[in-house]
Amino acid sequence: MKEIVVISGKGGTGKTSLTAAFAAMGGKQVLADCDVDAADLHLVLNPEIIREDVFIGGSKASIREEDCTGCGLCVEHCRFRAIEYPVAASGDRADKPRINPVFCEGCRVCVRICPVEAIAFDPAESGRLFVSRTPLGPMVHACLGVAQGNSGKLVTLVRNEARAIAEREACELIIIDGPPGVGCPVIASITGANLALIVTEPTLSGHHDMQRAAELTAHFLIPTLVCVNKWDIHPGMTERIEKEARDHGVIPAGRIRYDQLVTEAQVRRTNVLACGDSPIGEEIKALWRCIEGALNGARTGGAGLKTVPP
Amino acid sequence: MMDRPLKIAVASGKGGTGKTTVAVSLALTAAATGKTVQYLDCDVEEPNGHIFLKPQIHSRFPATVRLPEVIEKKCNGCGVCADICAYNAIAVVKEKVLIFPELCRGCGACSLFCPQGALVEISRPVGTVEIGAGAGVAFIRGVLSIGQIMSPAVIAAVKDAAGDQEITLLDCPPGTSCPVIEAVRDADAVLLVTEPTPFGLHDLTLAVEMTRALEKPFCVVLNRFDLGDDKTVAYCREENIPIVLSIADDRRIAETYARGEILIEALPSYAPVFTDAWERIWTWCIGRMPEKEVPAPANRERTATS
Repeated sequence: MKEIVVISGKGGTGKTSLTAAFAAMGGKQVLADCDVDAADLHLVLNPEIIREDVFIGGSKASIREEDCTGCGLCVEHCRFRAIEYPVAASGDRADKPRINPVFCEGCRVCVRICPVEAIAFDPAESGRLFVSRTPLGPMVHACLGVAQGNSGKLVTLVRNEARAIAEREACELIIIDGPPGVGCPVIASITGANLALIVTEPTLSGHHDMQRAAELTAHFLIPTLVCVNKWDIHPGMTERIEKEARDHGVIPAGRIRYDQLVTEAQVRRTNVLACGDSPIGEEIKALWRCIEGALNGARTGGAGLKTVPP
Repeated sequence: MMDRPLKIAVASGKGGTGKTTVAVSLALTAAATGKTVQYLDCDVEEPNGHIFLKPQIHSRFPATVRLPEVIEKKCNGCGVCADICAYNAIAVVKEKVLIFPELCRGCGACSLFCPQGALVEISRPVGTVEIGAGAGVAFIRGVLSIGQIMSPAVIAAVKDAAGDQEITLLDCPPGTSCPVIEAVRDADAVLLVTEPTPFGLHDLTLAVEMTRALEKPFCVVLNRFDLGDDKTVAYCREENIPIVLSIADDRRIAETYARGEILIEALPSYAPVFTDAWERIWTWCIGRMPEKEVPAPANRERTATS
């Protein structure tokens, strides 16, 4: 079983649109949407949800007002500024503090420091995990609760579930739609994957963010390809990005043109390849052949990819 | 009209909708009205504001989190610290304390509750803060070190380094989770930048939920408004969310962005669009601010960064 993860560094470069198109070519596969913060893949895959799990990211503290003496020790010791005395519109400060669950990181310092044991600590729902059926194969996706942390943990659950399904249904491939950035959820999305594809755009920002994403995949020793989306917006920058990529040990795998068909496909809730033959469709197919070659190379250990050690 | 400083966060659920383009051009527009302005790049995983503002950096320092360290001669290996740590960042093996820095969130529990007083906190760098100025506005950015996960700590360090300018624009990371919350939590108002596509609308609804959970006033900037469909505008109308700025899908904007040019400078015909928008945003923001400054509760002083 192989895992390919699509990441970008910069947001909005076309990860999800490309992932959906890859899914239309991948054959027997499992799809995993690891952008749990702003998951969009389900919008173009028309999933039928067959299972829904509650995700408990951790526990949160709350003050039992009837037991609280208002001593303020918890306020003083909370490193996350999660505990405050509510201030009324009149400017009056309440006698007893309140814990804002949005900011609570579940460290339990307040629970332990409270001299009168007035602070409860209970597991809190921080998101949902979904297993769905789609016309292009099973999909695992998730929705992190609003203003919740622990996205890395939820990403790991999504990947584990996708692997379990892939094993059960003898799928050879898992396609992961990753989050933007280089932080915690991205690290959780890429660790242990066989191949990463960085989707970037020919802008100075795209260039800058591609380098950081490439440093990250090198840090975790993941063979990496890069694709410049909307390459014709700035051909000179495309060349620069591809050269830079090679210097980082990242292989340019294809260029995709700017085409409004991508937005049109999204509005029609489908992928670009389902919109009939098109030049952009041919470019995406060529890119996918390159990805398959790299994945197979990785498997045989022959013409595989090399990464630059961190 | 009140004259207290105004902090506006520029955020979005979806990435690549134009946060930096909007934040940078609004910063320059606000500065042109005679206000002092600072631009804070809180997208510390992928900061890009410097590409456009081209600031001269005059100081640079590490963004740190607190990390426990064992004073060996005081430690008796009792294991209380490992039991207490909510993040599994401490293990005690054969009476020896092992600390895993990448799991530690700096809550301080271990050093606070160690019966022997054998744990002290040291600073561990997780990124860098840079301070400077460019294009007539003060500039601060944070850069998360590669392989680190504590984006919120770097964002907090950026905000701590902020000056007392009349206008602060916080360029936020995409999404709705911890880094965004850290960037938005001290703002007076939030601008949510989106585009009228199914992805843009879906992620906008998530961003709206987040902003409501934080009890912040917010309004929408619609980028590439003539693209996609009309569902986003319909959503904003139903939810009574003002759209304070609409920007056309203009290939020239994409090209100036690609070259790292500031929109209102490279395409001056957009300057009046931003001037109008800024006036609208300013009026809208101060209309939603409390009448008088409320006394800051004691713990507003930052004691730690999460």
